[in-house]
Amino acid sequence: MADRSDKPYEDIPGTFVFDADRSREGYHLNQFCISLRLQKNREAFNAGEEAYLDKYPMTAEQREAVLKRDWNRLLELGGNIYYTSKLAANDGINFQNLAGLMTGMGVEAYRDMMLHGGRPIEGNRSKSEWEEE
Amino acid sequence: MARITAGVGCSHVPAIGVAMDTGITDEPYWQPVFDGFKKSREWMKQQNPDVIFLVYNDHCTAFDASCIPTFALGCAAEFTPADEGWGPRPVPVVKNHQKLASHIAQSLVLDEFDITIMNEMEVDHGLTVPLSVMYGEVPQDGEWPALVIPLAVNVVQYPAPTGNRCYNLGKAIRRAIDAYDEDLNVMIFGTGGMSHQLQYKRAGLINADWDNRFLDMMANDPVAASQIKHVEYLRETGSEGIEMVMWLVMRGALDEKVTEVHRHYHVPASNTAVGHIILENHD
Ligand SMILES: [Fe+2]
Repeated sequence: MADRSDKPYEDIPGTFVFDADRSREGYHLNQFCISLRLQKNREAFNAGEEAYLDKYPMTAEQREAVLKRDWNRLLELGGNIYYTSKLAANDGINFQNLAGLMTGMGVEAYRDMMLHGGRPIEGNRSKSEWEEE
Repeated sequence: MARITAGVGCSHVPAIGVAMDTGITDEPYWQPVFDGFKKSREWMKQQNPDVIFLVYNDHCTAFDASCIPTFALGCAAEFTPADEGWGPRPVPVVKNHQKLASHIAQSLVLDEFDITIMNEMEVDHGLTVPLSVMYGEVPQDGEWPALVIPLAVNVVQYPAPTGNRCYNLGKAIRRAIDAYDEDLNVMIFGTGGMSHQLQYKRAGLINADWDNRFLDMMANDPVAASQIKHVEYLRETGSEGIEMVMWLVMRGALDEKVTEVHRHYHVPASNTAVGHIILENHD
């Protein structure tokens, strides 16, 4: 991991800013994900995930996160949401349901939060406001 | 001469396109979203633009990680709606005003905005959803009522262009269009936003107060809006709220003083705050 201490946005809790360092780390993972936007590639991937992944020289950790559909781990390893959402779409998961999974809230509770105005900004600006981070 | 008559700011949430494509816009969840565009559709009919200059971003659809242009101008004859992972939207192919687009491309580079020229490009929901909400349903075998010049802006990989750069690019686009020798009614759309975060543990962030201040600034104080820093967008409006820099391209292409014709704000559409504003030039 590159040193991120000089990045003012690193203080934002529960967020990955997809900068050049992350883009570099996640390149092959993200290129795999975007390949799934085409029907013929979705079919090939669904016919044999391991063989399909062999075409993309991602790290073993990234590969495992893909196979396990560990959505947050994918982001931690340099994935970007617009790419990982293509893998989710292949599994029939839309953006809102994916957010339900990533936040750990579950689909129903997340949808309900959005219907009531979303996650408030108060208490969510800085890592110092989050106990766990 | 070509002239820019009005600007439109508008979210481009993919779920809004899905709602229109699957005919569920009357459901209680969606009704308040679409009610706010009724007046806009009437207004579009009255104004009937010849060309829409549409500022949007590609969501890792036409552009993969191998090539990330900051500003990419669509100069192809037409643009096909892309398969984004769940099949292409059933909407018409988007047709360009190719001569005006290439004139703008030349003018921008000579004006020291070194844009990328796209002679082949598919377009995703970022471009087609604003057309759908502003025009209503258009059958796939029909035609969009206006020609469209797409400008794709990188807002996926940090850093997006600054708000100030976007605002000044808008001014350069205005100069290019003003100098084009054909009688055309041109509108400019700035799309994306408003507050939303799609990823990780803070997903679902909405900041309605901030969004409404931004809408006020779009109408009355665009220079102040142009000075908002990246970290403020990211922190205050969610990691995907940075899309709002694209509204500044639109605003830069308008007069300094404009008339606000319509405004709409609603939470939520899927993960996102829907914002919309219509601004008319005076002359
Ligand atoms: Fe977007």
